[in-house]
Amino acid sequence: MEITEKDVEHIAELARLELAAEEKKLYTGQLKSIFGWMEELNKADTASVPPTSNVLGAANPLREDKPFYFEDREAILKNAPGREYDFIKVKKVIE
Amino acid sequence: MPEFEPVIGLEVHTQLKTETKMFCSCKTSASEAPANAFICPVCTGQPGALPTPNLRAVRLGAAAGLALGCEVSEVSVFARKNYFYPDNPKAYQISQFDKPLCENGAVELDLKDAAGGVRTKTVRVHRAHLEEDAGKSLHAIGSRQLDHTLVDFNRCGVPLLEIVSEPDLNSADEAYAYLMELKKLLQWVGVSNCDMEKGELRCDVNISLRPKGETKLGRKVEIKNLNSFKAVKDAITHEIGRQAAVLNGGGAVDQDTRLWNEKEQKTVSMRSKELAHDYRYFPEPDLSPLRISAAFKEELKKEIGELPKAKKDRFKAEYGLSSYDAGVVTGGKGLSAYFEACMSEVKRSGLAVPAKNVLNLIASEFLARLNGLKKDSVTLDPGDKELISPANLAKTAALTAAGKLSASAAKTVFAKSWETGKDPETLMGELGLAQVSDAGLIKDWAREAIAANPKAAEDFRNGNEKALGPLVGVIMKKSKGTANPAAANAAIKELLK
Repeated sequence: MEITEKDVEHIAELARLELAAEEKKLYTGQLKSIFGWMEELNKADTASVPPTSNVLGAANPLREDKPFYFEDREAILKNAPGREYDFIKVKKVIE
Repeated sequence: MPEFEPVIGLEVHTQLKTETKMFCSCKTSASEAPANAFICPVCTGQPGALPTPNLRAVRLGAAAGLALGCEVSEVSVFARKNYFYPDNPKAYQISQFDKPLCENGAVELDLKDAAGGVRTKTVRVHRAHLEEDAGKSLHAIGSRQLDHTLVDFNRCGVPLLEIVSEPDLNSADEAYAYLMELKKLLQWVGVSNCDMEKGELRCDVNISLRPKGETKLGRKVEIKNLNSFKAVKDAITHEIGRQAAVLNGGGAVDQDTRLWNEKEQKTVSMRSKELAHDYRYFPEPDLSPLRISAAFKEELKKEIGELPKAKKDRFKAEYGLSSYDAGVVTGGKGLSAYFEACMSEVKRSGLAVPAKNVLNLIASEFLARLNGLKKDSVTLDPGDKELISPANLAKTAALTAAGKLSASAAKTVFAKSWETGKDPETLMGELGLAQVSDAGLIKDWAREAIAANPKAAEDFRNGNEKALGPLVGVIMKKSKGTANPAAANAAIKELLK
């Protein structure tokens, strides 16, 4: 797969990143070489290997449905960009 | 102008009945709580916080899958759905993508057709997967629009099951019936309360039109913001009309997301200029694949017990009920248990009463009173002392079946037995409501009725069948409703021959 500057612009937009012209060029080159390596990996014969989505191999560490009250919500609210009473305040998101 | 066929698929989100959120131990019951009362580092996406799936949510999701006739996957995988929005603090939602928990289900609908008959339709369920809810954004307080947005994360991370149907629905009525069936099944297995007003069930509609006979799908429109079962029906009806008008005018329907405007009863385009959705799903690296063992599934099946469809088929075979009638008494788990309690009472006391008579009493008098008591067919308990006992309902039905009680007298006895808990036969005697079939006595009443209504008698003699009603009415009045209506009809006809 050929990575172009257009792809980098698209990814940057999805990630809400503003890139300068030279950054775009830099990342295009870096991504190109990463994808080149992926293509190298694609050459490996994996016909007998089942696809995997996880390498932890752990069995389900599931949790009982028991409430636990987290006491330091103030610490969380302090991280928010703004606050109004108990709410987190952000820029208006609809017209 | 060509006739169009609507093609409709529904995406339903149902909130799973858990105490805690999908991936953390924060409480879910937050409707009365102040904003952001139940939040923690996991559900607000603080750096380094790790999710742990809720066992009960997994159980309920799998139970719902079994109720919907799905295959429950041995291995399913959580995935990140990436997008930016203030109500989504991690900038991704944990959902499932290419390996959902449940796949390939089917729901059977009993639909009334135009001729008054009943037809059965199967709607395929494409998939059902687990995911977490987003927070709640507030853009206005009451009628006052805010110049900013307020966010409450109490709901963020609450477990949801998204149920996606195949586009097998072809009308607003079918979509409505499908939703009601989903609600019934989800309530039956105790997965969700499905109260749409409370947001426990949410529905998005995908809809397109195509000329009748065409197999290719038209361009689809998504409708959001549907807050009630009625809104779903109304919005689909409106949208079918709108798309047909566009197509008949020679235009093309735009691929679009529209909102239902309840006040104006129309769908309105969201005109979203955002990028085409590019969620970049990938497997959630913080969670291992979800494994459901065969033993777990078996245990779950046992716990769920007989599903409504199986129960319905059994009622048809065991009691000779029609498909429609069997559908009525399997409308809720509680109601079906009540019906069975009545039938086992019939068996136990050797009452001579067809199931149909028991069913009729349940479908009319019983359900009407049940609603009045603010009880429902899902949660009702056959042993509830506020209800008429299954034994007394069965006995009332038996008296009707034996011709000892007229339909109207049965209502009175039924009501009295419900209020007092007394035996219906005793009440029948006390209230003097035993049905009179004595030919001599009825003939006397018939004579009096004719004498009192010479005009009606004359009309009937001249061939006006409708004049029979008032004459029989007089007999009913004289007999205080105890005369056997068939015998009363016959007596009048005999005298006016």
